[in-house]
Amino acid sequence: MEMNGMNVKIGALECKNPVLTASGTFGYGLEYQDFVDLERLGGFIVKGTTLHHREGNAYPRMAETPSGMLNAVGLQNKGVDYFIEHIYPQIKDINTNIIVNVSGASIEDYVACAEKIDALDSIPAIELNISCPNVKQGGMAFGVTPNGAESVVKAVRKAYHKTLIVKLSPNVTSITDIAKAVEGAGADSVSLINTLLGMAINAETQRPELSTITGGLSGPCVKPIALRMVWQTYNAVKIPIIGIGGIQSATDAIEFILAGATAVEIGTANFVDPNITMKVVDGIADYMQRHKIDNINSLRGALKI
Amino acid sequence: MQKIQSDLRVVDNQRLSARACLITLESIDKLPRIRAGQFAELLVPDCPGVYLRRPISIHAVDTEHNRVEFLVQLVGKGTNALAAVKPGEIINTILPLGNGFDVENMTYKHPLLIGGGIGIAPLYQLGVDMAKNGIQPTFLFGTRSKQDIILMDKYSRIAPLEYTTEDGSFATKGFVTDHVLMNADIKKFDALYVCGPTPMMKAVVQKAALSQIDCYVSLEHKMACGLGACLCCVEVIDGTNTCVCKDGPVFKSDRLQWK
Repeated sequence: MEMNGMNVKIGALECKNPVLTASGTFGYGLEYQDFVDLERLGGFIVKGTTLHHREGNAYPRMAETPSGMLNAVGLQNKGVDYFIEHIYPQIKDINTNIIVNVSGASIEDYVACAEKIDALDSIPAIELNISCPNVKQGGMAFGVTPNGAESVVKAVRKAYHKTLIVKLSPNVTSITDIAKAVEGAGADSVSLINTLLGMAINAETQRPELSTITGGLSGPCVKPIALRMVWQTYNAVKIPIIGIGGIQSATDAIEFILAGATAVEIGTANFVDPNITMKVVDGIADYMQRHKIDNINSLRGALKI
Repeated sequence: MQKIQSDLRVVDNQRLSARACLITLESIDKLPRIRAGQFAELLVPDCPGVYLRRPISIHAVDTEHNRVEFLVQLVGKGTNALAAVKPGEIINTILPLGNGFDVENMTYKHPLLIGGGIGIAPLYQLGVDMAKNGIQPTFLFGTRSKQDIILMDKYSRIAPLEYTTEDGSFATKGFVTDHVLMNADIKKFDALYVCGPTPMMKAVVQKAALSQIDCYVSLEHKMACGLGACLCCVEVIDGTNTCVCKDGPVFKSDRLQWK
Protein backbone atom coordinates (compact mmCIF):
# COMPACT_ATOMS: atom_id res chain seq x y z
CA MET A 1 0.00 0.00 0.00
CA GLU A 2 2.02 2.96 -1.25
CA MET A 3 0.35 6.29 -1.74
CA ASN A 4 1.25 9.79 -2.75
CA GLY A 5 1.22 12.63 -0.31
CA MET A 6 3.62 10.94 2.08
CA ASN A 7 6.78 12.61 0.76
CA VAL A 8 8.59 14.86 3.17
CA LYS A 9 11.67 17.06 2.86
CA ILE A 10 14.44 17.43 5.42
CA GLY A 11 16.83 20.06 4.13
CA ALA A 12 17.70 18.88 0.63
CA LEU A 13 16.75 15.33 1.55
CA GLU A 14 13.64 13.95 -0.12
CA CYS A 15 12.01 11.08 1.75
CA LYS A 16 9.30 8.93 0.19
CA ASN A 17 7.58 8.82 3.57
CA PRO A 18 8.29 10.19 7.05
CA VAL A 19 9.42 6.88 8.56
CA LEU A 20 13.13 6.51 9.32
CA THR A 21 14.94 4.27 11.79
CA ALA A 22 16.99 5.47 14.74
CA SER A 23 20.73 4.99 14.88
CA GLY A 24 21.93 2.06 16.96
CA THR A 25 18.65 0.20 16.68
CA PHE A 26 18.81 -0.87 13.05
CA GLY A 27 22.44 -1.89 12.54
CA TYR A 28 23.38 -1.17 8.93
CA GLY A 29 19.92 -2.07 7.62
CA LEU A 30 21.18 -5.46 6.46
CA GLU A 31 20.36 -7.05 9.83
CA TYR A 32 16.67 -6.34 9.13
CA GLN A 33 16.38 -7.26 5.48
CA ASP A 34 14.61 -10.56 6.20
CA PHE A 35 11.83 -8.59 7.90
CA VAL A 36 11.72 -5.21 6.17
CA ASP A 37 11.63 -4.00 2.57
CA LEU A 38 14.32 -1.40 3.17
CA GLU A 39 13.28 0.52 0.05
CA ARG A 40 9.87 1.22 1.58
CA LEU A 41 11.49 3.24 4.37
CA GLY A 42 11.80 6.99 4.18
CA GLY A 43 15.38 6.26 5.15
CA PHE A 44 17.51 4.51 7.68
CA ILE A 45 20.19 5.84 9.96
CA VAL A 46 23.14 3.55 10.47
CA LYS A 47 24.95 2.84 13.69
CA GLY A 48 26.91 5.69 15.30
CA THR A 49 30.23 5.99 13.47
CA THR A 50 33.42 7.53 14.82
CA LEU A 51 36.73 8.44 13.22
CA HIS A 52 38.49 5.56 14.96
CA HIS A 53 37.48 2.05 16.03
CA ARG A 54 35.69 1.96 19.39
CA GLU A 55 35.26 -1.18 21.51
CA GLY A 56 32.33 0.26 23.46
CA ASN A 57 31.60 -0.51 27.09
CA ALA A 58 31.92 -3.79 28.95
CA TYR A 59 29.03 -6.27 29.24
CA PRO A 60 26.36 -5.98 30.68
CA ARG A 61 25.15 -3.18 28.48
CA MET A 62 21.40 -3.58 28.66
CA ALA A 63 18.66 -3.70 31.26
CA GLU A 64 14.95 -4.06 30.62
CA THR A 65 12.79 -1.50 32.43
CA PRO A 66 9.01 -1.03 32.61
CA SER A 67 7.97 -0.17 29.03
CA GLY A 68 11.51 0.29 27.85
CA MET A 69 15.16 -0.46 28.28
CA LEU A 70 18.47 1.05 29.32
CA ASN A 71 21.53 0.64 27.15
CA ALA A 72 25.18 1.43 27.64
CA VAL A 73 26.67 0.20 24.38
CA GLY A 74 29.07 3.14 24.21
CA LEU A 75 29.31 3.70 20.45
CA GLN A 76 30.96 0.39 19.60
CA ASN A 77 31.91 0.59 15.92
CA LYS A 78 34.86 -0.22 13.69
CA GLY A 79 35.50 3.36 12.62
CA VAL A 80 34.60 5.34 9.52
CA ASP A 81 37.27 3.80 7.25
CA TYR A 82 35.96 0.30 7.95
CA PHE A 83 32.44 1.54 7.23
CA ILE A 84 33.52 3.01 3.90
CA GLU A 85 35.50 -0.06 2.86
CA HIS A 86 33.33 -2.92 4.09
CA ILE A 87 29.79 -1.79 4.79
CA TYR A 88 29.08 1.04 2.37
CA PRO A 89 29.56 -1.20 -0.71
CA GLN A 90 26.92 -3.58 0.65
CA ILE A 91 24.26 -0.92 1.22
CA LYS A 92 24.95 1.86 -1.27
CA ASP A 93 22.55 0.57 -3.93
CA ILE A 94 19.56 0.29 -1.62
CA ASN A 95 17.04 2.75 -2.99
CA THR A 96 16.32 4.82 0.08
CA ASN A 97 18.04 7.53 2.10
CA ILE A 98 20.97 6.09 3.98
CA ILE A 99 22.09 8.45 6.69
CA VAL A 100 25.23 8.00 8.77
CA ASN A 101 25.16 8.93 12.44
CA VAL A 102 28.48 10.61 13.23
CA SER A 103 29.96 10.85 16.69
CA GLY A 104 33.26 12.04 18.08
CA ALA A 105 35.37 12.94 21.05
CA SER A 106 36.67 16.24 19.65
CA ILE A 107 35.63 18.80 17.05
CA GLU A 108 38.53 17.64 14.86
CA ASP A 109 37.21 14.06 14.99
CA TYR A 110 33.69 15.12 14.02
CA VAL A 111 35.00 17.16 11.12
CA ALA A 112 37.35 14.45 9.84
CA CYS A 113 34.62 11.81 10.02
CA ALA A 114 32.05 14.06 8.31
CA GLU A 115 34.51 14.92 5.53
CA LYS A 116 35.05 11.26 4.74
CA ILE A 117 31.32 10.63 4.56
CA ASP A 118 30.77 13.74 2.46
CA ALA A 119 32.65 11.93 -0.31
CA LEU A 120 30.19 9.01 -0.43
CA ASP A 121 27.69 9.47 -3.26
CA SER A 122 24.97 7.30 -1.75
CA ILE A 123 24.94 8.99 1.64
CA PRO A 124 22.84 12.17 1.25
CA ALA A 125 22.92 13.22 4.90
CA ILE A 126 24.56 12.79 8.26
CA GLU A 127 23.05 12.88 11.69
CA LEU A 128 25.49 14.51 14.07
CA ASN A 129 25.32 12.81 17.43
CA ILE A 130 26.08 15.43 20.08
CA SER A 131 24.07 13.59 22.65
CA CYS A 132 25.33 10.08 23.44
CA PRO A 133 25.09 9.68 27.20
CA ASN A 134 27.15 6.49 27.33
CA VAL A 135 30.70 7.62 26.73
CA LYS A 136 32.67 10.32 28.46
CA GLN A 137 33.36 12.04 25.20
CA GLY A 138 30.46 10.76 23.12
CA GLY A 139 29.51 14.21 22.15
CA MET A 140 27.16 14.86 25.02
CA ALA A 141 29.73 17.31 26.36
CA PHE A 142 29.01 19.32 23.20
CA GLY A 143 25.29 18.73 23.28
CA VAL A 144 24.45 20.03 26.72
CA THR A 145 25.40 23.68 26.25
CA PRO A 146 24.35 26.06 23.46
CA ASN A 147 27.98 27.18 22.99
CA GLY A 148 29.30 23.62 22.78
CA ALA A 149 26.60 22.60 20.31
CA GLU A 150 27.16 25.71 18.20
CA SER A 151 30.92 25.19 17.99
CA VAL A 152 30.78 21.60 16.78
CA VAL A 153 27.93 22.22 14.33
CA LYS A 154 29.67 25.29 12.88
CA ALA A 155 32.87 23.35 12.27
CA VAL A 156 31.09 20.39 10.68
CA ARG A 157 28.89 22.69 8.59
CA LYS A 158 32.02 24.13 6.96
CA ALA A 159 33.32 20.69 6.07
CA TYR A 160 30.08 18.91 5.17
CA HIS A 161 28.07 19.95 2.14
CA LYS A 162 24.96 17.79 2.21
CA THR A 163 22.02 17.63 4.62
CA LEU A 164 23.17 18.07 8.19
CA ILE A 165 20.86 16.75 10.90
CA VAL A 166 21.84 17.28 14.54
CA LYS A 167 20.61 14.82 17.16
CA LEU A 168 19.79 16.51 20.44
CA SER A 169 20.06 15.31 24.01
CA PRO A 170 17.07 15.50 26.35
CA ASN A 171 19.46 15.64 29.30
CA VAL A 172 19.49 19.44 29.33
CA THR A 173 17.70 22.26 31.10
CA SER A 174 16.33 23.81 27.91
CA ILE A 175 16.34 21.82 24.69
CA THR A 176 15.01 24.83 22.77
CA ASP A 177 18.14 26.86 23.61
CA ILE A 178 20.30 24.10 22.16
CA ALA A 179 18.04 23.73 19.11
CA LYS A 180 18.25 27.47 18.41
CA ALA A 181 22.04 27.42 18.75
CA VAL A 182 22.27 24.49 16.34
CA GLU A 183 19.94 26.19 13.86
CA GLY A 184 22.05 29.34 14.06
CA ALA A 185 25.18 27.31 13.38
CA GLY A 186 23.81 26.05 10.08
CA ALA A 187 22.10 22.74 10.78
CA ASP A 188 19.46 21.73 8.24
CA SER A 189 17.42 19.79 10.77
CA VAL A 190 17.34 18.59 14.36
CA SER A 191 16.37 15.11 15.51
CA LEU A 192 15.17 14.53 19.04
CA ILE A 193 15.32 12.96 21.51
CA ASN A 194 18.36 10.81 22.17
CA THR A 195 18.12 8.57 25.24
CA LEU A 196 17.44 9.87 28.73
CA LEU A 197 20.12 9.19 31.30
CA GLY A 198 18.83 6.53 33.68
CA MET A 199 19.87 3.77 36.04
CA ALA A 200 18.80 0.31 37.16
CA ILE A 201 19.80 -1.56 40.31
CA ASN A 202 19.47 -5.24 41.18
CA ALA A 203 18.33 -5.23 44.81
CA GLU A 204 19.23 -8.90 45.32
CA THR A 205 22.87 -8.55 44.27
CA GLN A 206 22.95 -4.89 45.37
CA ARG A 207 24.78 -4.10 42.15
CA PRO A 208 23.99 -1.89 39.15
CA GLU A 209 22.47 -3.69 36.14
CA LEU A 210 24.86 -1.93 33.73
CA SER A 211 28.65 -2.09 33.71
CA THR A 212 28.66 1.70 33.42
CA ILE A 213 26.15 2.12 36.31
CA THR A 214 24.10 4.65 34.31
CA GLY A 215 22.81 4.33 30.75
CA GLY A 216 20.38 5.64 28.16
CA LEU A 217 16.66 5.02 28.62
CA SER A 218 14.53 4.39 25.53
CA GLY A 219 11.22 2.82 24.57
CA PRO A 220 7.57 3.79 25.03
CA CYS A 221 8.27 5.08 28.55
CA VAL A 222 10.08 8.14 27.12
CA LYS A 223 7.42 9.07 24.55
CA PRO A 224 5.59 11.76 26.54
CA ILE A 225 8.89 13.54 27.24
CA ALA A 226 9.92 13.30 23.60
CA LEU A 227 6.57 14.62 22.39
CA ARG A 228 6.81 17.57 24.77
CA MET A 229 10.32 18.39 23.58
CA VAL A 230 9.35 18.14 19.89
CA TRP A 231 6.41 20.48 20.52
CA GLN A 232 8.60 22.99 22.36
CA THR A 233 11.30 22.82 19.70
CA TYR A 234 8.73 23.20 16.90
CA ASN A 235 7.71 26.46 18.48
CA ALA A 236 11.32 27.63 18.76
CA VAL A 237 13.03 26.86 15.43
CA LYS A 238 12.20 26.96 11.72
CA ILE A 239 14.26 23.99 10.52
CA PRO A 240 12.54 20.61 10.16
CA ILE A 241 12.37 18.34 13.19
CA ILE A 242 12.69 14.57 13.22
CA GLY A 243 10.79 13.17 16.20
CA ILE A 244 12.25 10.22 18.12
CA GLY A 245 11.20 8.55 21.33
CA GLY A 246 9.15 5.44 22.01
CA ILE A 247 7.33 5.32 18.68
CA GLN A 248 5.83 1.89 18.16
CA SER A 249 2.73 2.52 16.06
CA ALA A 250 1.41 4.76 13.30
CA THR A 251 -0.65 6.55 15.93
CA ASP A 252 2.53 7.40 17.84
CA ALA A 253 4.12 8.69 14.64
CA ILE A 254 1.07 10.85 13.85
CA GLU A 255 1.23 12.32 17.36
CA PHE A 256 4.82 13.42 16.73
CA ILE A 257 3.84 14.95 13.39
CA LEU A 258 0.95 16.82 15.04
CA ALA A 259 3.45 18.11 17.61
CA GLY A 260 5.57 19.51 14.78
CA ALA A 261 7.81 16.73 13.49
CA THR A 262 8.43 16.52 9.74
CA ALA A 263 9.53 12.90 10.03
CA VAL A 264 10.07 10.33 12.74
CA GLU A 265 12.68 7.75 13.68
CA ILE A 266 11.68 4.38 15.06
CA GLY A 267 14.21 2.96 17.49
CA THR A 268 13.79 0.50 20.33
CA ALA A 269 10.53 -0.85 18.86
CA ASN A 270 12.63 -2.52 16.13
CA PHE A 271 13.91 -4.90 18.82
CA VAL A 272 10.40 -6.00 19.76
CA ASP A 273 8.96 -6.15 16.25
CA PRO A 274 11.56 -6.12 13.46
CA ASN A 275 8.75 -5.41 10.98
CA ILE A 276 7.37 -2.42 12.92
CA THR A 277 8.55 0.21 10.41
CA MET A 278 6.45 -1.34 7.63
CA LYS A 279 3.40 -1.39 9.92
CA VAL A 280 3.93 2.29 10.72
CA VAL A 281 4.25 3.22 7.02
CA ASP A 282 1.03 1.35 6.22
CA GLY A 283 -0.70 2.74 9.30
CA ILE A 284 0.11 6.35 8.38
CA ALA A 285 -1.36 5.78 4.91
CA ASP A 286 -4.44 4.30 6.53
CA TYR A 287 -4.75 7.26 8.94
CA MET A 288 -4.50 9.71 6.03
CA GLN A 289 -7.26 7.89 4.20
CA ARG A 290 -9.52 7.80 7.24
CA HIS A 291 -8.96 11.49 7.93
CA LYS A 292 -9.05 12.48 4.24
CA ILE A 293 -5.58 13.98 4.34
CA ASP A 294 -3.99 14.35 0.91
CA ASN A 295 -0.58 15.45 2.09
CA ILE A 296 1.17 14.42 5.28
CA ASN A 297 2.85 17.82 5.44
CA SER A 298 -0.52 19.42 6.21
CA LEU A 299 -0.56 17.57 9.54
CA ARG A 300 2.73 18.98 10.73
CA GLY A 301 2.23 21.02 13.89
CA ALA A 302 -1.51 20.87 13.28
CA LEU A 303 -2.26 20.17 16.92
CA LYS A 304 -5.65 21.72 17.72
CA ILE A 305 -5.35 23.86 20.82
CA MET B 1 20.17 -18.48 6.81
CA GLN B 2 16.67 -17.07 6.23
CA LYS B 3 15.03 -15.74 9.39
CA ILE B 4 11.28 -15.54 9.84
CA GLN B 5 8.95 -13.66 12.16
CA SER B 6 5.82 -15.73 12.53
CA ASP B 7 2.81 -16.39 14.73
CA LEU B 8 3.35 -19.94 15.97
CA ARG B 9 0.61 -21.93 17.70
CA VAL B 10 1.21 -23.55 21.07
CA VAL B 11 0.50 -27.28 20.76
CA ASP B 12 1.88 -28.35 24.12
CA ASN B 13 3.25 -26.78 27.30
CA GLN B 14 4.48 -29.19 29.96
CA ARG B 15 5.63 -28.12 33.39
CA LEU B 16 8.72 -30.27 34.03
CA SER B 17 9.81 -28.99 37.44
CA ALA B 18 9.44 -25.99 39.73
CA ARG B 19 11.78 -24.08 37.45
CA ALA B 20 11.32 -25.43 33.93
CA CYS B 21 8.72 -25.99 31.23
CA LEU B 22 8.78 -27.46 27.73
CA ILE B 23 6.81 -25.54 25.10
CA THR B 24 6.05 -26.96 21.66
CA LEU B 25 5.10 -24.50 18.91
CA GLU B 26 3.78 -25.30 15.46
CA SER B 27 4.00 -23.31 12.26
CA ILE B 28 1.35 -23.35 9.54
CA ASP B 29 4.06 -22.68 6.97
CA LYS B 30 7.13 -24.75 6.41
CA LEU B 31 9.79 -23.84 8.96
CA PRO B 32 13.13 -22.60 7.63
CA ARG B 33 16.20 -24.77 8.14
CA ILE B 34 17.17 -24.73 11.80
CA ARG B 35 20.50 -25.89 13.25
CA ALA B 36 21.00 -27.36 16.69
CA GLY B 37 22.20 -24.62 19.04
CA GLN B 38 20.30 -21.81 17.36
CA PHE B 39 17.72 -19.84 19.31
CA ALA B 40 14.50 -17.89 18.88
CA GLU B 41 13.14 -14.60 20.22
CA LEU B 42 9.72 -15.22 21.75
CA LEU B 43 7.26 -12.37 22.27
CA VAL B 44 5.69 -12.88 25.67
CA PRO B 45 1.92 -12.51 25.25
CA ASP B 46 0.06 -9.93 27.37
CA CYS B 47 2.55 -9.45 30.15
CA PRO B 48 2.68 -5.98 31.71
CA GLY B 49 6.22 -4.99 32.66
CA VAL B 50 7.78 -7.24 30.05
CA TYR B 51 8.78 -5.16 27.06
CA LEU B 52 11.47 -7.09 25.21
CA ARG B 53 11.30 -10.53 23.63
CA ARG B 54 12.84 -13.47 25.44
CA PRO B 55 15.72 -15.28 23.70
CA ILE B 56 15.19 -19.03 24.17
CA SER B 57 17.33 -21.95 22.95
CA ILE B 58 15.77 -24.28 20.44
CA HIS B 59 15.53 -27.64 22.19
CA ALA B 60 14.26 -29.79 19.36
CA VAL B 61 13.04 -29.43 15.79
CA ASP B 62 10.45 -31.61 14.09
CA THR B 63 10.72 -30.68 10.42
CA GLU B 64 8.03 -33.14 9.35
CA HIS B 65 5.35 -31.48 11.48
CA ASN B 66 6.87 -27.96 11.42
CA ARG B 67 7.20 -28.01 15.18
CA VAL B 68 9.85 -26.54 17.37
CA GLU B 69 10.40 -27.18 21.06
CA PHE B 70 11.70 -24.78 23.74
CA LEU B 71 13.01 -25.73 27.15
CA VAL B 72 12.38 -22.65 29.28
CA GLN B 73 13.81 -21.87 32.69
CA LEU B 74 11.44 -19.84 34.82
CA VAL B 75 13.51 -16.92 36.03
CA GLY B 76 11.26 -13.87 36.00
CA LYS B 77 7.98 -12.35 34.86
CA GLY B 78 8.53 -13.07 31.18
CA THR B 79 9.47 -16.73 31.44
CA ASN B 80 6.76 -17.34 34.05
CA ALA B 81 4.24 -15.91 31.61
CA LEU B 82 5.57 -18.28 28.95
CA ALA B 83 5.09 -21.17 31.36
CA ALA B 84 1.41 -20.20 31.58
CA VAL B 85 0.63 -20.27 27.84
CA LYS B 86 -1.95 -22.85 26.83
CA PRO B 87 -2.36 -25.01 23.73
CA GLY B 88 -4.06 -23.05 20.98
CA GLU B 89 -2.53 -19.73 22.01
CA ILE B 90 -0.18 -17.85 19.70
CA ILE B 91 3.41 -16.82 20.35
CA ASN B 92 5.01 -14.46 17.85
CA THR B 93 8.45 -15.94 17.23
CA ILE B 94 11.57 -14.87 15.36
CA LEU B 95 13.81 -17.73 14.27
CA PRO B 96 16.31 -19.21 13.65
CA LEU B 97 18.88 -16.90 15.25
CA GLY B 98 22.59 -17.29 15.92
CA ASN B 99 25.16 -19.67 14.46
CA GLY B 100 24.35 -22.95 16.20
CA PHE B 101 26.54 -26.05 16.08
CA ASP B 102 28.12 -27.11 12.80
CA VAL B 103 27.33 -30.84 12.93
CA GLU B 104 27.62 -31.33 9.17
CA ASN B 105 31.32 -30.52 9.14
CA MET B 106 32.13 -32.18 12.43
CA THR B 107 35.07 -34.58 12.47
CA TYR B 108 34.82 -35.65 16.12
CA LYS B 109 33.79 -39.22 16.90
CA HIS B 110 33.21 -39.21 20.68
CA PRO B 111 32.17 -35.81 22.02
CA LEU B 112 31.03 -35.17 25.59
CA LEU B 113 27.98 -32.90 25.85
CA ILE B 114 27.96 -31.15 29.21
CA GLY B 115 24.91 -29.31 30.52
CA GLY B 116 24.47 -27.36 33.74
CA GLY B 117 20.87 -26.79 34.88
CA ILE B 118 18.77 -25.49 31.99
CA GLY B 119 22.00 -25.41 29.94
CA ILE B 120 21.04 -28.85 28.66
CA ALA B 121 18.57 -27.07 26.33
CA PRO B 122 20.72 -26.75 23.18
CA LEU B 123 22.33 -30.17 23.69
CA TYR B 124 19.27 -32.30 22.90
CA GLN B 125 19.05 -31.48 19.20
CA LEU B 126 22.86 -31.48 19.07
CA GLY B 127 22.88 -35.06 20.37
CA VAL B 128 20.16 -36.08 17.89
CA ASP B 129 21.99 -34.54 14.94
CA MET B 130 25.33 -36.02 15.99
CA ALA B 131 23.82 -39.50 16.26
CA LYS B 132 22.28 -39.07 12.81
CA ASN B 133 25.74 -38.22 11.45
CA GLY B 134 27.43 -41.30 12.89
CA ILE B 135 28.94 -39.45 15.85
CA GLN B 136 28.61 -41.07 19.28
CA PRO B 137 27.92 -38.41 21.92
CA THR B 138 27.75 -38.88 25.69
CA PHE B 139 25.73 -36.58 27.96
CA LEU B 140 26.94 -35.35 31.34
CA PHE B 141 24.45 -33.16 33.19
CA GLY B 142 24.83 -31.35 36.49
CA THR B 143 21.99 -30.03 38.65
CA ARG B 144 21.65 -28.68 42.17
CA SER B 145 19.47 -31.53 43.33
CA LYS B 146 17.45 -34.57 42.24
CA GLN B 147 14.27 -32.44 41.88
CA ASP B 148 15.95 -30.37 39.16
CA ILE B 149 16.56 -33.36 36.89
CA ILE B 150 14.28 -33.15 33.87
CA LEU B 151 13.74 -35.08 30.63
CA MET B 152 16.01 -37.97 31.69
CA ASP B 153 14.15 -40.51 29.50
CA LYS B 154 14.17 -38.26 26.46
CA TYR B 155 17.91 -37.67 26.61
CA SER B 156 18.84 -41.24 27.52
CA ARG B 157 17.17 -42.46 24.32
CA ILE B 158 19.75 -40.49 22.33
CA ALA B 159 23.00 -41.32 24.12
CA PRO B 160 24.53 -42.55 27.37
CA LEU B 161 23.66 -40.11 30.17
CA GLU B 162 25.48 -39.39 33.44
CA TYR B 163 24.59 -36.98 36.25
CA THR B 164 26.09 -35.02 39.07
CA THR B 165 24.06 -33.27 41.78
CA GLU B 166 25.51 -30.60 44.04
CA ASP B 167 23.75 -32.01 47.13
CA GLY B 168 24.42 -35.65 46.25
CA SER B 169 20.72 -36.51 46.17
CA PHE B 170 21.24 -38.36 42.88
CA ALA B 171 24.24 -39.98 41.12
CA THR B 172 27.68 -38.43 41.63
CA LYS B 173 27.85 -35.71 44.27
CA GLY B 174 29.46 -32.44 43.19
CA PHE B 175 29.87 -30.44 39.99
CA VAL B 176 30.18 -31.86 36.47
CA THR B 177 33.92 -31.23 36.70
CA ASP B 178 34.06 -33.66 39.65
CA HIS B 179 32.67 -36.55 37.53
CA VAL B 180 34.97 -39.34 36.39
CA LEU B 181 34.12 -38.53 32.75
CA MET B 182 35.82 -35.19 33.20
CA ASN B 183 38.78 -36.59 35.07
CA ALA B 184 40.20 -40.13 34.69
CA ASP B 185 38.05 -40.79 31.59
CA ILE B 186 38.35 -37.42 29.86
CA LYS B 187 40.75 -38.80 27.25
CA LYS B 188 37.94 -41.00 25.92
CA PHE B 189 36.48 -37.87 24.35
CA ASP B 190 37.73 -35.84 21.40
CA ALA B 191 35.61 -32.74 22.06
CA LEU B 192 33.58 -31.07 24.80
CA TYR B 193 30.38 -29.11 24.22
CA VAL B 194 29.18 -27.15 27.20
CA CYS B 195 26.25 -24.93 28.14
CA GLY B 196 25.31 -23.77 31.62
CA PRO B 197 26.09 -21.14 34.25
CA THR B 198 29.24 -19.14 33.49
CA PRO B 199 31.34 -20.41 36.45
CA MET B 200 30.56 -24.00 35.40
CA MET B 201 31.46 -23.32 31.76
CA LYS B 202 34.68 -21.66 32.85
CA ALA B 203 35.62 -24.72 34.91
CA VAL B 204 34.92 -26.99 31.93
CA VAL B 205 36.92 -24.78 29.58
CA GLN B 206 39.84 -24.95 32.00
CA LYS B 207 39.67 -28.76 32.12
CA ALA B 208 39.52 -28.90 28.33
CA ALA B 209 42.59 -26.70 28.03
CA LEU B 210 44.55 -28.82 30.52
CA SER B 211 43.63 -32.01 28.66
CA GLN B 212 44.11 -30.35 25.26
CA ILE B 213 40.65 -31.26 24.07
CA ASP B 214 38.67 -29.02 21.71
CA CYS B 215 35.87 -27.31 23.58
CA TYR B 216 32.80 -25.36 22.44
CA VAL B 217 30.65 -23.18 24.67
CA SER B 218 27.12 -21.97 24.08
CA LEU B 219 26.74 -18.60 25.78
CA GLU B 220 23.61 -17.12 27.25
CA HIS B 221 23.81 -13.32 27.47
CA LYS B 222 21.15 -10.71 28.04
CA MET B 223 19.87 -9.68 24.62
CA ALA B 224 17.57 -7.13 23.09
CA CYS B 225 17.26 -7.49 19.30
CA GLY B 226 18.75 -10.97 18.72
CA LEU B 227 19.81 -9.82 15.24
CA GLY B 228 23.21 -8.23 15.82
CA ALA B 229 21.83 -4.69 15.62
CA CYS B 230 21.78 -3.36 19.18
CA LEU B 231 25.21 -4.70 20.27
CA CYS B 232 23.98 -5.33 23.83
CA CYS B 233 24.93 -9.02 24.21
CA VAL B 234 28.67 -8.80 23.63
CA GLU B 235 31.44 -11.15 24.75
CA VAL B 236 35.13 -10.58 24.03
CA ILE B 237 35.93 -13.02 21.20
CA ASP B 238 39.34 -12.98 19.48
CA GLY B 239 40.09 -9.86 21.51
CA THR B 240 37.11 -7.78 20.44
CA ASN B 241 33.52 -7.22 21.59
CA THR B 242 31.38 -9.58 19.52
CA CYS B 243 27.61 -10.14 19.41
CA VAL B 244 26.64 -13.42 21.06
CA CYS B 245 23.29 -13.32 19.23
CA LYS B 246 24.67 -13.04 15.72
CA ASP B 247 28.21 -14.46 15.77
CA GLY B 248 27.40 -16.91 18.60
CA PRO B 249 25.96 -18.21 20.80
CA VAL B 250 28.39 -21.07 20.07
CA PHE B 251 32.11 -20.25 20.22
CA LYS B 252 35.20 -22.42 20.30
CA SER B 253 36.61 -21.89 23.79
CA ASP B 254 40.08 -20.80 22.65
CA ARG B 255 38.49 -17.67 21.15
CA LEU B 256 37.28 -16.52 24.58
CA GLN B 257 39.36 -14.55 27.05
CA TRP B 258 38.25 -16.49 30.09
CA LYS B 259 40.77 -16.83 32.86
